[in-house]
Formats: sequence, structure tokens, C-alpha cells
Amino acid sequence: MAEERRPKQCTVVLPTESMKAMAESIGVGQLQEESCAALSEEVSYRIKEIAQDALKFMHHGKRRKLTTSDIDHALKLKNVEPLYGFQSQEFIPFRFASGGGRELHFYEEKEVDLSDIINTPLPRVPLDVSLKAHWLSIEGVQPAIPENPPPGEMSVCVCFPSFSIIYLSKAAFFTKQPHFHHVYIFTVYIPSHFFPLHFPSAPKEQQKAESTEPLKVVKPGQEEEGSIQKGQGAISAEAKGKKEGLMRMKPRSTHELSVEQQLYYKEITEACVGSCEAKRAEALQSIATDPGLYQMLPRFSTFISEGVRVNVVQNNLALLIYLMRMVKALMDNPTLYLEKYLHELIPAVVTCIVSKQLCLRPDVDNHWALRDFAARLMAQSCKTFSTTTNNIQSRITKTFTKSWLDEKTQWTTRYGCIAGLSELGPDVIKTLILPRLTVEGARIKAVSEGPVVSNIDKIGADHVQSLLLKHCASVIAKTRPLPDNMEQYRADYGYLGPTLCSHVVKARAQAALQAQQVNRTTLTITQPRPTLTVSQSGIGGSGGSRSPSIIKVPSSLTLMSTRPGTPTQPSPPATKYIVMATSAGASSTQQVITLSSSSGSSVTSTVASATSTLQPLVKLESRGAGGLGGSRPLQKYIVVSLPTSASSSLESKSGMLPPSSSSTSPISLEAGMKMDRSDSPGASTQSPH
Amino acid sequence: MAAVQDGQLNLEVEKDIKTEITNDGSGNINANSSSPGSTSSGGKSKSPAGSGEDQQTLLAVLQFLKRNKLTESVDILRREAGLSADADDSPVSESAGAGSGGVPSVGADGGDANSLLSRVSIATPVAPPATAPPKVVAASGGEDQPDVNVVLSAYSQQGDPVLYPLYYNGLKKFIESVLDCHRAELSQVFYPLFVHMYLELVYNNHENEAKQFFEKFSGDQECYYEEDLRILSSMSKKEHMKGNETMLDFRTSKFVLRISRDSYQLLKRHLQERQNNQIWNIIQEHLYIDIFDGMPRSKSQIDAMSGSLAGEGKRDANKAKVFYGLLKEPEIEVPLDDEDEEAENEEGKPKKKKPKKDSMGSKSKKQDPNAPQQTRIPLPELKDSDKLDKIMNMKEATKKIRLGPDNLPSICFYSFLNAYQGLTAVDFTDDSSLIAGGFADSTVRVWSVTPKKLRRVKSAADLSNIDKESDDVLERIMDEKTASESKILYGHSGPVYGISFSPDRNYLLSSSEDGTVRLWSLQTFTCLVGYKGHNYPVWDTQFSPYGYYFISGGHDRVARLWATDHYQPLRMFAGHLADITCTLFHPNSNYVATGSADRTIRLWDVLTGNCVRILTGHKGPIHSLAFSPNGKFMASGATDGRVLLWDVGHGLMVGELKGHTDTIYALKFSRDGEILASGSMDNTVKLWDTLKAFDDVELDDFTAATGHIHLPENSQELLLGTYMTKSTPVIHLHFTRRNLLLAAGAYNP
Repeated sequence: MAEERRPKQCTVVLPTESMKAMAESIGVGQLQEESCAALSEEVSYRIKEIAQDALKFMHHGKRRKLTTSDIDHALKLKNVEPLYGFQSQEFIPFRFASGGGRELHFYEEKEVDLSDIINTPLPRVPLDVSLKAHWLSIEGVQPAIPENPPPGEMSVCVCFPSFSIIYLSKAAFFTKQPHFHHVYIFTVYIPSHFFPLHFPSAPKEQQKAESTEPLKVVKPGQEEEGSIQKGQGAISAEAKGKKEGLMRMKPRSTHELSVEQQLYYKEITEACVGSCEAKRAEALQSIATDPGLYQMLPRFSTFISEGVRVNVVQNNLALLIYLMRMVKALMDNPTLYLEKYLHELIPAVVTCIVSKQLCLRPDVDNHWALRDFAARLMAQSCKTFSTTTNNIQSRITKTFTKSWLDEKTQWTTRYGCIAGLSELGPDVIKTLILPRLTVEGARIKAVSEGPVVSNIDKIGADHVQSLLLKHCASVIAKTRPLPDNMEQYRADYGYLGPTLCSHVVKARAQAALQAQQVNRTTLTITQPRPTLTVSQSGIGGSGGSRSPSIIKVPSSLTLMSTRPGTPTQPSPPATKYIVMATSAGASSTQQVITLSSSSGSSVTSTVASATSTLQPLVKLESRGAGGLGGSRPLQKYIVVSLPTSASSSLESKSGMLPPSSSSTSPISLEAGMKMDRSDSPGASTQSPH
Repeated sequence: MAAVQDGQLNLEVEKDIKTEITNDGSGNINANSSSPGSTSSGGKSKSPAGSGEDQQTLLAVLQFLKRNKLTESVDILRREAGLSADADDSPVSESAGAGSGGVPSVGADGGDANSLLSRVSIATPVAPPATAPPKVVAASGGEDQPDVNVVLSAYSQQGDPVLYPLYYNGLKKFIESVLDCHRAELSQVFYPLFVHMYLELVYNNHENEAKQFFEKFSGDQECYYEEDLRILSSMSKKEHMKGNETMLDFRTSKFVLRISRDSYQLLKRHLQERQNNQIWNIIQEHLYIDIFDGMPRSKSQIDAMSGSLAGEGKRDANKAKVFYGLLKEPEIEVPLDDEDEEAENEEGKPKKKKPKKDSMGSKSKKQDPNAPQQTRIPLPELKDSDKLDKIMNMKEATKKIRLGPDNLPSICFYSFLNAYQGLTAVDFTDDSSLIAGGFADSTVRVWSVTPKKLRRVKSAADLSNIDKESDDVLERIMDEKTASESKILYGHSGPVYGISFSPDRNYLLSSSEDGTVRLWSLQTFTCLVGYKGHNYPVWDTQFSPYGYYFISGGHDRVARLWATDHYQPLRMFAGHLADITCTLFHPNSNYVATGSADRTIRLWDVLTGNCVRILTGHKGPIHSLAFSPNGKFMASGATDGRVLLWDVGHGLMVGELKGHTDTIYALKFSRDGEILASGSMDNTVKLWDTLKAFDDVELDDFTAATGHIHLPENSQELLLGTYMTKSTPVIHLHFTRRNLLLAAGAYNP
């Protein structure tokens, strides 16, 4: 029983080489071997003695870490001049070097340029000591406030990993004698709700408070205070009085992810950028709904920002889309407070909107959809996060406008800028885009009617044109007084005038019909394999209450995961997603139908049955059956089936899609159109055919 | 190997000399490992008529001759005295063993004589020709010629270094073979023996042997001696022994063991039979064996009490009468009526209070038989402000929450934030209105935790303009401009380790690494006095509950009692063998308790300066002390993470509270004494049911007399609650007058 403790007590003596080295350093050459041995023993003894004294100072300083000042005090105790210049709060970082068969530990002192020190601004003055009171326990019960450690944890292990070692060794030390009943049991805290979907969540308000208001005191203890204030009035008053304004800054905290969280993070990120669409859908759903992700938020944010940075350079459209979908999912999560990470997320999103090149083959690949999608994300974040202090919206608007106005800007970037601006709402379109229509029209004209410069430019110009028409028409329809004169339009808007005029007429007709308008944009991009399904509803619908936040893409993804066929269905091409959005006045209802044509099973679900009088009616394309009843006139479905071939389809409500840019799967589209026509009278007016 | 030889030879010689056993002093002399002893016994065999005195004289002469290397003379003398050559050859240990075997039951008196004689024989070198195994003789004979100066030292006893492990092993085997009931008691001998044998080896420059000895047997020692062993292990040269404090402790103080008479007899018989003179000498020289009559103690009983640097306290050390009762509270005319009525209106129970008051009054009139006389030590007169405070106190006390296992106190935790310089001490005022913190950067900071801010008294020039007749003169002297929530007191030149408010809240004491204790005024926020006396760091200081007096203790191992108006200490309490780490006044101010790094607690009488209690049982330096409000009990916490409870009147350990995993820096009894709160470096506050702990102890006359207490095994039943902080070590605890628990510590992210 004694054997295991013996190594601890064996006498360690400094090597004689050290003595030699030290002697040499003070100019004593040739030191005898015996002298070295004698010296080293003496020195070892003295060092131990001093260390033992220093420990006393550590104990009385109520610390667990021996510091250099303890050693100084111990030296002083022995009437020895203390060592100067070793004032270090942290451990002394001894470096290790070896070479030529010799090993050396040294204390690295960097040479510092004095001018650097003089020129650097003074560091911030450290905060003064302050007192803060909280309730550790109220009549024997520990309140769950941030000042107290989370309940149910053996926080010895969690909070102070270094100390647990001390305890363990102490336990060993005590258990040597059987009469000591000091057997410390170390249980590792494992959350009862295990991987992957649940982690202890913090209230969003708390996250917000922690992230945005470090200067204010978080005083969650005060509610409890009230309850016992009666009994202990004086004390609580003291405590309260003390609490005001004493704590000025939240101490910095580092969050270490638990093993489960690390595993979760790994799985999620892998699934999000992996090849399996089913897994991705599940992962995105998890991100969008899980309440306990705030601790991983910084990691996700960095992941996205780094990912965009790398993949833009490599023109990897697919991955960019995946990352944008992650952003979307994060934004959809109601428990997350993204404010703190916008500085990473917004640049990533903006990059996806305006980057000159996002894919390897700009003429074939549908990067436009990504730009649209990212633009909508941008608009959504502007709406959610823009405040008078951070001015996100105005800053973003400025950025877009600036590059749009630049003559040399490429068509792709131009498209992105316009998309980004127009998603910001009708006001922005009115003030920023409409005045520029003439100039932009001239530019488009120059490309489309002038000598063919390059196919890419032409495609770009086409896209810009359709984008402008799409967004401007509805705005003009609302703002411009009635007589829609083609010539007048041309005079006002230049080259785009006539086409715009016809669009405006259509828009007005629609409005005149007082129909509950359904606008949709379904983007389906199939580039190698990824799928981005976006449904957008209501462009300039009747009430003018259209807001970008109606976009509910991830909610459709959410539902996809409930589809029984998906988890066992590893081949994305075989699956079909049907996303449908109806907009009825100010309210919107969404039905999302997912089905897998290969498995033959189908699941229909309704996301929200809002205040509208609409009854959801859903028909399934593959079966042609499944109507849920209801013969109300204004229902629509959009059924898009995804072909396995590497083609992209973009169906735009405006129907101005140039055929060259997309190849639509004829059957499914036909089916969709057919249903449109048969069931929805309003749809016929939208059909370009 | 040698032991085996010894054994065989022993048998032979025993047969030879069996008949010549005498009852005079020669046997005792033989017990000492010296060749003259053997020769004398040999001589006796030839001349049985020779008287003991002659023998001794002869012996002394022979010793002298031998020391001066006059071997021829020795031979001549020996021949003349009729000592045979056989006797010369007969090995020393064997013959001596036979001799000591002849003194089977000498008892305590015999032991004393033995020790006296052994001191004579200290100077005796191991005689080369007389020692048993020839090889060993050669080895030891060459080197062992002690210096005359060194002979005077206690450690100069010269034994054969090679034999030390054998001696020790022999004893170990013996103790392992005795009956269980004795084994535990006798095992106590191991540690002091080990230490002293090791020190002897080191002292006599047997460096390698010492190392081997240490390595071989250090593992056998009780785990709670580990720290001392570590210090010992670093000491491997004679030069190191000079100036080493631990070493000095061992040398200057006798290690106290309590052993029952039966066990002691057993040990003594064995040592004498086996001629284990080295061990016997050490026991005589360096150990104090406190023999008691009665049942041997069990292992757990022994372990509960042992662990201190110098063994247990002697029983008679704790025999002095301690007046642990409280002083009679001075009668104060309590103008309670008007306020009382208000309170009654609020709470709607008018009847309950009056009888309570009466009972309190009657209680205080009776003189507690255990209380010291009111004037035993002079106490300061009560000032008007003190009386006011007392009234406040009593009023608050009526609103006190009665605590108990079902009614736990609320804990309000004061975290010191941004205390990068290191918070080293905290104190609250009794009325919980002020908090003071001592910091490692030599500053003392005072906070007000009430809305009332801290104000300074105006300067002398401004004060002269004040109308001294006005009613609110006390308000007027304060300088509003200086009002702030906290004040910083600069003056120390080293970390501030101890801090204490005076009971009237006018003064603050702080003790520091710079060796001074400073008295600060909380009216002017300046330093009034620097008390110099300790030349080393002062670890703790504490005001008397009646003010005026204070105690300080530090690295110099002396606790000093001061009065605030004397620049020199009134009393110096010396006796601890290591740093005094914490100090505390008894509630009646007649006694002072000090905890030390020697792992003992001592209680000192302020009047006489005597040490009236030595309490052992902790296995690490003691860092916190607390008296129960009735003065009857004391609690102490140490680095070993255990809280021990003591009955002050009997000087007995009455409880052990296990649960903390690190140093306990804070202990406090609730105002009624039902609950003990402990705060530790392991970031927890624990509450203990002390009422139950004190009730559980059965105190019959026997245990009270012997101090052999059976501690309740499971202290977990007494644990009422554990409250973990967020990486904030708890370094101070305080119960407000209403029994709300305040805790303090520095947040340590």
C-alpha cells in the first residue's frame, strides 16, 4: 500500500549540468564534479524549502495557483533578495529546445521595440473591484439564476477541469487509509436528453442580454428578492442598493462545447454540406428548430463565413447554396439570437448576392436563383436586425447602390445589386430603382440589340431585364396614375418602357379583378444534385403588406423530414418536393406537400391555416388524386418535379423566363400548368403561354 | 541477516547468563548499546559479589579510556578487574539484551532511570572490539568517533547506520504480531520513531543510509503526515538541519503519544528483550508517552486525535478549567415601547414579545456557573453609541428567524468582481452594514452595503466652523463631498491577510505580510496606528467582541494580545510549533483560540497567558475557527477539508464533519447556534446541523476523563445543504442579526 506513493517522495536533485551552466554564466569556468554535486544538492534543498514556504503564502492568499509573488515573499521570509522581473500572473511559459544532444528549457523574452510601445495606444484601464450580491440560496433552495452554477451538474468536473485533477489525487491520498471515508465519486455530467437534438437552452432574452448589453447588469436575482424582501427587508435593501451599477462589465466567458455538442456540430455541418439531401433536410430542420444551439452559434457562424469565403473562390455553387440554406435555417430558429454574429453572416450573404462569379459555367448554371435567395435572406435580416444603432438596412442599401451605379460593374453583380435592393421593399424600389430604369434600359438595349459581345453578357442582361420588370411592374402599378400609355412609358422608362407597360397592365388587371392573388416563384436548381426549393408568395399583392418574411422555405424542409420515405431514401433525384404558397390579401397560408414518387407514399401537411377563408386543397401530381375537398375557386398548387438530369428549372410567376436559360421538365410542368388552369381562374392570366 | 544472527546468539547468551541477573542498575546500563555494558555484565559473571556502584565506576573509567583510544590501558584494567576475554568477544547486543531481559517489569520509574543513564551513555561510542558481527564492527568502528561538541547534541547517538532499518523492521514485526487491541496504539510509535531515526542518520552524516531508510519506511507512515515527510525528505544533509523549522520542532518538543498502560508495558518489554537500544533511547529522549489506565483505544479513536506535528495534546494540558460561559449582558434601559408598538401593529401579535423580553431579562440576571467573573479581565465601558447598537441588536434579534433542519437560512453571496489583484481577506461588521476586503496588492477596501454612504469627517479647519451645540452635530461633522460607496485604505506594503472590524464599527484592523497590524479609523479613513511586533507576515488578526483588545498571530509562531491604546503587546502566547494561521476571541473575551500550521488549536487564557487547551485531530494547517454563540463549542476547519467540533469545557473533540474537498476558509455558527455554515475553496457553502451533532455525543465520566470519544461515523446525516457557487471560493461567512447568511468570495473566472 505504500509502494504507489513512494515515487512522490523520492528526492529529486537538480542535475549537475545545471550547476555547471549556471557557474559558467557567472564566469566560473571549470567547476569540479564534486563541487557540482554538492552544490546541486544544496540548491535543490533550498529550492524545496522556498517552495514549501511559498505554499504558505499561496494558502493565505486563498489561491490554488502558486505565483511568482509567493516565491518572492518566501524569499523575503528568508531574508533573501527577491527575484525582480518575474511578475507573471499566469504560469511562466518555459520553452523547450533541444539540439546537439542537449536539452534546454528557457524563459522566452522577446525583444521589444521601444518605439512600438510608445506608439501603441494605452491599454484600457482595468475595471475596479466591485461587489455584487446574489442569492446563493433562498431558504435552502438554490435559485436558478446565472450567478449560480447550473443545477444537476457536478460542476467540479465541468467548470474546473484542472481542479478535478487535484481532487482526484487528493482522493487517492485519503483513501489510502481505510478509516477515511473520503471516497470522492466523480460522475460525469451527461445531459439526460441526449444527442443530438436537445441541449439545455438559455432564454433568448438572456442571450440577448449577454451579447448586446455587456454594460448593463444582469439582475435576474431580483425577482426572487422581492419575495423574501418582507422578512429581510433591511438586507435585501442593502443587496439591492449594492446591485445598482456596481458590475460594469460582464466577465468574459469561454464556452467549451461538451462532447455531445461537438459531435452534434460535426454531424450537422457534415450533413449540411454533404451529398445526401435527406440528411441535409434533417440537419437544417434541426438548426431551424432546436432550442439549445446558442452555444454552438459562434461555431456555425464561423463555419458559414469561412465556407462562403472558400467556395466563392472555388466557384462551388452547390456549397454556397447549402451554406445559404444554413443561414436561413439559423435565422428561422426562434431561440437563437443572431445579432452577435451578423458581422460574419452578412458579408457571407452579400457575397452570394453580388459576387462576379459564383459558378464554374456562368452561362449554364443557375446562379441567379442563389442570388435571389440570398437577396431575400438579406432583406429578411435587414428587417429583423436593422436598428437605429447598427443601420444595417441603410448600409446594405448603400453598398448595393454604389456598385450598381458603377459603370464597370458586371452583369452578374448588377443583377445581384438590383435583386438585393428590390427585395428590400417597394419603397426602396420606388426611390432607388425606378429612377434608374432608363439608364439600365439603355444598357440592356446596348447588349441585347447591339453587336453580340458575349453570350454571358447577353444572358446577364436578360436576367436583369426580367428582374427589373418583375419587381418594378407591381410598384408602378400601385403608384402610377392610370392611363397606361405605351409611349408615355417609353418616355419615362426608356427602352424597358413598353414591356413594363404591358406588365403593369397585367398587374392592374389582376388587382382589378380583386382576386386574391397568388404569386409564386419556384426556383428549382439542379446543379449536379443539390436542390434549392424556394417558394415566394405575393409580389405586390393586393394589400401591399407583402413582406419578405413570408418566405418559408425551411418550413417546407421541416415538413420534408416528416416524410416517411425520406430517411430510407438516399437518392435525392427520386424525390419530389412540392411547395405551394398562396397569398390571400394580407394573410397567407401555406401548404406543403411532399411526396416521393419512387416510394409511392405521400404525405400532406398544412403548415398554417391562417385567418384567410381559404381551405387548403391539395392535389398530388403523381397520383392525380388526393384533393382534400373544398371547391373554393382560388386555390393553387405548384407541382414541380425534379428531373434527375443535371438541368435547372426556374419557373417564374412573371413568365418572362427566357427559354434558353432553363430547361423544364416538360411533364411535370405541364401537369402543374394543367392544374393551374383547370382549378384556378386567376392563374390563366399569369400564364405566359 | 544480522537480526537472525542476533537472535541465535541471543538465545545462547541468555542461557549462559540466566543465572546472573541482578536487580541493580547494571541491567539498565546493559540496556544501552555499549561495550562497557557488556563487559560489566561479563565482569559480574565472574565476580557476582561486586556492588553496582563499583561496576558503574569501572564502567565509566573504561568508557573514558576507550574514548581516548587508550586500548592498552583498557586491556590492563579489564584484566585487573577480572573481565574475561570471552566477555570481550561476546557481542554487545546479545549480552545487553540478556541484561535488559533481566528487567522485565520496571515500570515508569525504571524507564526514567533508564533514560537518565542513557544520557550518560550517549557519549559512548560503539566499541569496535565489542560489537557483534565482525564485518559490521569494521565498518562502524572506523567512522564513529564523535566530535566532542556534537556529543552534546541530542542526535549524536551513534548507532550503526546499517542497523537502523533492522531495528525499525524488528519493531514493526513485533507490533504487527501483537494483539489487535494493542496494535493500533503501538503503531503510533512508528511515525515519531521513523522521524527521529531518520534525523539521527542525517545528523550523523549517513546520507545514503538515511535516504535508504526513508525510502524503505516512509510509505508505512500515516497519510496525514505526508507533508512533514516531504519536508523531511528534502533534508538530507547535516547542514540542512540548521535553521530548518520542522527539524527544530522535532528536536525541541517531545512527540506526545497516549498509550494505555498495557500496551506500553508490552512495548517496553519487547524493546528490552530485543536489546533495541536505539529505539529505546529515542523513545526516552524524544517521545512523551502519556500512559493512561484503561482500555486501549481503537484505531479510529487514535486517528481522530492524531495528525498534529507533535502528537496529541497531553491530557493534563487540557485539564485546566475554562470559563466558557458568557458574560452577563449589561442592563440597558430599553426604550422599546414606542417602536415596539409599531412593530406590534405591523405584525399583529402584541402578546408574544413582552414575555420573551422578561425571560431574557431573567436569564441574564442569573450568573452562569461556567462564566468567568465579570471583571476577570477589564473591559471597556459601554459608550452611548454602544448601548444604542445593543438596543438595535436586541430589536433585530426579535425578528430573528429560527433556523433548523427544516428552516434553512437564505444565503446572500457577495461576489468580488474584477479582483485580479487577489482577494485575501474579508470581514463584515456585526450589523452587516459594511464589508471590508483585504487584497494582495496591499490595499484594504471598505464598502457600504446599505444606502448609507461612507463619509469622511471634515478636516480640522472645517470642523472648527461647526456649531458644536447643535443636535445633529454628528451629522454635521461628516463631509458630504466625500460620500461614496467604497473607500480604499492604503498603508500596507504587502498582501493583507487578516482583517477585522471593531464591534462599534469605528475601527478596522488589518494584518499584512509586511509584519504590521494596522488600525484604521472608519471616521477619517486613515491609519491610526501601525502595531509592530511580528517581524514576519501576520496571518490573522481579530478584535475582541467587546472591542479594545485584539489578537494577532503569524509566521513567528507567537500570538500577541494587544490593546488598541498600547503600542506593545499585552500578552504573548508562545507554544505553537508552526505558523499561527488563524486567531479568534472567545465570545466572553477571556480566552483566545489560535489555529496553527502545526495542526493544533490552542486556547489561551487572556488573564494569565497560559495555554489552557491543546486540541489535536486536524491533519492539515487550520484556516478557520468559530465559537458557538453560547461559548461552549468551537468549530475548526483546515486544509484537509474537514470541520471538527470541540467541546471547549472538556477539551474534547465532539464531532467531525466531512464533505468539503478543499481548504475551509470560513466557518460561522448561526446566531442561535443551531446551524454551522462552512465555506471552502471548493466553491461550496455547506450547512450543518450542529444541534444534532452536539446532542449525539454521549459524554459519560469516563470519556470526559480520558478524552477517548467515539465519534459518530456518518457526518452526512448532519449535512443540511450544499450550495455551489460559480467558480467563487468562499472565504468569509457571516450571519446577520436576523440569521440571514452572508457569504463572500472573489469571482475567479
